[in-house]
Amino acid sequence: MNMIEKRFPTRINFRRGLVDMTHGSGGRAMAQLIEELFVRHFDNDLLRQGNDQALFTPPSGRLVISTDGHVVSPLFFPGGDIGSLSVHGTINDVAMSGARPLYLSAGFILEEGFPLADLERIVISMAAASRSAGVPVVTGDTKVVERGKGDGVFITTTGVGVVPEGLDISGTNARPGDAILVSGPIGDHGVAIMSSRENLEFETAIVSDSAALHGLVAQMVAAVPEIRCLRDPTRGGLAATLNEIAHQSGVGMRLAEDDIPLRPEVDAACELLGLDPLYVANEGKLVAICPRDRAAALLEVMQAHDRGTGAAIIGEVVEDDMGFVTMETGFGGTRIVDWLAGEQLPRIC
Amino acid sequence: MKYVDEFRRKDIARNLAKEIASEADTGRTYNFMEFCGGHTHAIFRYGVQDLMPPNVKFVHGPGCPVCVLPIPRIDMAIEIAERHAAILCTYGDMMRVPASKKNSLIKAKAAGSDIRMVYSTQDALRIARENPDREVVFFAIGFETTTPPTAVAIKQAAAEGLKNFSVFCNHVLTPAAIQHILQSPEVRELGQVPIDGFLGPSHVSAIIGSEPYEFFAEEFQKPVVIAGFEPLDVMKSTLMLIRQVNEGRFEVENEYTRVVTPEGNEVAKDLMAEVFELRRAFEWRGLGEVPYSALRITDKFADWDAEKRFAVTKSTGTDVKGCECPAILRGVKKPTDCKLFGTVCTPDNPQGSCMVSSEGSCAAYWSYGRFRMGRIKETAA
Repeated sequence: MNMIEKRFPTRINFRRGLVDMTHGSGGRAMAQLIEELFVRHFDNDLLRQGNDQALFTPPSGRLVISTDGHVVSPLFFPGGDIGSLSVHGTINDVAMSGARPLYLSAGFILEEGFPLADLERIVISMAAASRSAGVPVVTGDTKVVERGKGDGVFITTTGVGVVPEGLDISGTNARPGDAILVSGPIGDHGVAIMSSRENLEFETAIVSDSAALHGLVAQMVAAVPEIRCLRDPTRGGLAATLNEIAHQSGVGMRLAEDDIPLRPEVDAACELLGLDPLYVANEGKLVAICPRDRAAALLEVMQAHDRGTGAAIIGEVVEDDMGFVTMETGFGGTRIVDWLAGEQLPRIC
Repeated sequence: MKYVDEFRRKDIARNLAKEIASEADTGRTYNFMEFCGGHTHAIFRYGVQDLMPPNVKFVHGPGCPVCVLPIPRIDMAIEIAERHAAILCTYGDMMRVPASKKNSLIKAKAAGSDIRMVYSTQDALRIARENPDREVVFFAIGFETTTPPTAVAIKQAAAEGLKNFSVFCNHVLTPAAIQHILQSPEVRELGQVPIDGFLGPSHVSAIIGSEPYEFFAEEFQKPVVIAGFEPLDVMKSTLMLIRQVNEGRFEVENEYTRVVTPEGNEVAKDLMAEVFELRRAFEWRGLGEVPYSALRITDKFADWDAEKRFAVTKSTGTDVKGCECPAILRGVKKPTDCKLFGTVCTPDNPQGSCMVSSEGSCAAYWSYGRFRMGRIKETAA
C-alpha cells in the first residue's frame, strides 16, 4: 500500500470522476486505474505479479479455452450487470465441455466520459462473481475509445479450464434415442433485459438468471459421465441451441411443449410482447443430452443442485435427415422449432 | 396465464376436433379464408391444421399489416429518412420488409439514416419532444387495430403544438379488402380460389364491430364468423362456419364475443373519423389499387401529414421477379407454389413481404410447417 501512495499522490475520485483518454494511454493514469480499481478488487497472487501475462503451471489433462464479448444494454439490469454477466458467461462456456474452469482474463473497452462510479460498481460485481465462483481474473487489459465510439463499457473475458478424464462432451455427439434435459425455466434473462430497457415501460418481478453453472456441471458429470452434449442456451434461446446441436450431430429432435419449464410471469410477458420464449436468451441455464437410460439419474442430480431445481426432461433425439427440431404443441398439434431469423420482433396486429 | 391458457386447452381442442370431424360432410371440401395473419400464425404455431379432417382447409388471406404495404410506400418512407434527414419511427416488423433496389429500412439504417424501432405512437411523440431540432416522422401502418393510436398521437401533437412531428399515413381498411377479394375474377368467375366462408378479423373487429361485414355476407352469400386469435377460437369458429355451410346460411356470426360487439368501439371510431378520411384508392401489395380501402389525414390536421410536409418522389418500385407474394396474398397460390420459397427466399433473406412478418403465410409455412414438406419430399423420393 505504501508503494501505491507514493506513486500516485492523490487517489482516483470514484464518486464523481469520469473515464478520460489518459486512462488508456499507457501512462501514470492508466497504471493508477489498474492499481486502485482492477488489482484492488480482483486481487489474487497471479494478478499481483504485475506482469502483462499470468504465469501458471497447468494441471494435467485436457485444457479448454473460450472467449466471449459482452455488450449488454442496459449495463445494469434486474438480477445482474455486465460485470457479473461477463464472468458467468465465460465460466459457462468453459464448463459446457464438462471442464472445471481455472482462470479468467478480462479486456475492458471504456468510452471516454463513462462515470468511474459505474465502472467501479461493475468491477466490484465482477470480482464478487469471480470470487463466489472460485475462478480468479488473473490478467487483463484496458483501452479507452473516444466519446461516441463505444457504449459505456464493453468487456471481453476469456477462460481456461481442465476437462476431467473420461468425458467426451460435444455438440456432435447426440444420437437418436437420447434424452434432452434443460436445467430450469427458460427466458428469464431476455425478459428481464427487455423489461428494463427504457423505451419499454414494462414492470415485472422477473430477474435475470445470470449464474455460473460449473458447480452444477461438476455434479452432473461426476454422476453421469456418459453425458453427450452440454450447452448454455444464451442468444437465440433454447431453439437456437437445439438447432445447433441437431445440425452438428446430424439428428432431429422432438420436444413436448408441456414439459418445457417456463415461469408464468415470463410466459405472460412474452405473450404481451408477441415473443416466443423458446427464442429468448438465458444466462444461467443449460441443455444436456444423455443416453435415455441415464436420464432419470441425471435429472435427479440436477434437481438436487441449487442451479437445477427446475430441471426437466423436455424431449428426445430422433433420426431425421432434415435435422428438424419439432415440437408437440400444448394444443396437440405439431410445429417446427426453427432457428431464429433476424431479431425477434413484437407483432403489430 | 389467466384468460389465455383457457383458450389453448388440449382437451377442449380434442372435443372440438371430434365435433368438426363428425359434422363436416365427407362428400365435400370446405375452404375457409382466414383473413388475418394473426389467425395464420395461430394455425401454424399451435398446429391447428393437424386437428382438422382432411377436407377442411384454410386459405390464407392478406391480413398481414406489413405484407400488404406496396414497395413504393416503403421507398417513400426511406426517402423521408434519407433525403429529408428525418428521424423515421417505425414498428419493428417493417424493418426487414424489402423495398426496391434490394433496400429495406434496416439497410437504410445501417447506411446512416436515423430509423428507430418503436413499440407505440407514444414513443414516437417522446422522440419528437426530445429532438425539437429534428423532423420526427411516424411510419403509420396497419389495419383498423393500429389506426386509433395514430389518431391519438396526431391529436396530441396538435394540442401540444409539436411542430416537428408528422405521420406518414398508410392505414388500410379490412372490409374493403375482403370485398375486393370476393369481387376478383379468380374468386368470382374463374373459381380458382374456392372460398366457402371467412374467419373474420378479431382485433380489427374489436374496433369496427361486426356490422361492417353484414353487407358482403349477404351480397356474396358467404358466411363470416368473427374469430379470436387463440387456437380454440379458430377451431370453434371453423365449426360455426361448417354449420352455416351445411345449413345453407350466410350470416355474420361472432365467436369472439368476449371482445367484439356489433357496433365496435365508438370512441375509437369517432377518433378515426375526426382525424382521417377515405382515400379514393390505395395500392395494396397483391391486390393492386383497391377503391376506398385506405385512410389519409384530414385537412384539419394537414400540418401533421408527412406526405404534405415533405416533397416525396412517387416510386415505381416493383416486387422481386418471380416473387409470388401478390398471388399468395390473394389466396390464389400457396407459399410452396413459389419458386423462390425456401430456395433464395427464407426468413433470413426475405425476397417478399410474406416471408418477413411472423404473420405472413410464407414465414408461417417455413418457420412452423416446413417439416411437412420434408416428409413429403422423403415419401416422394
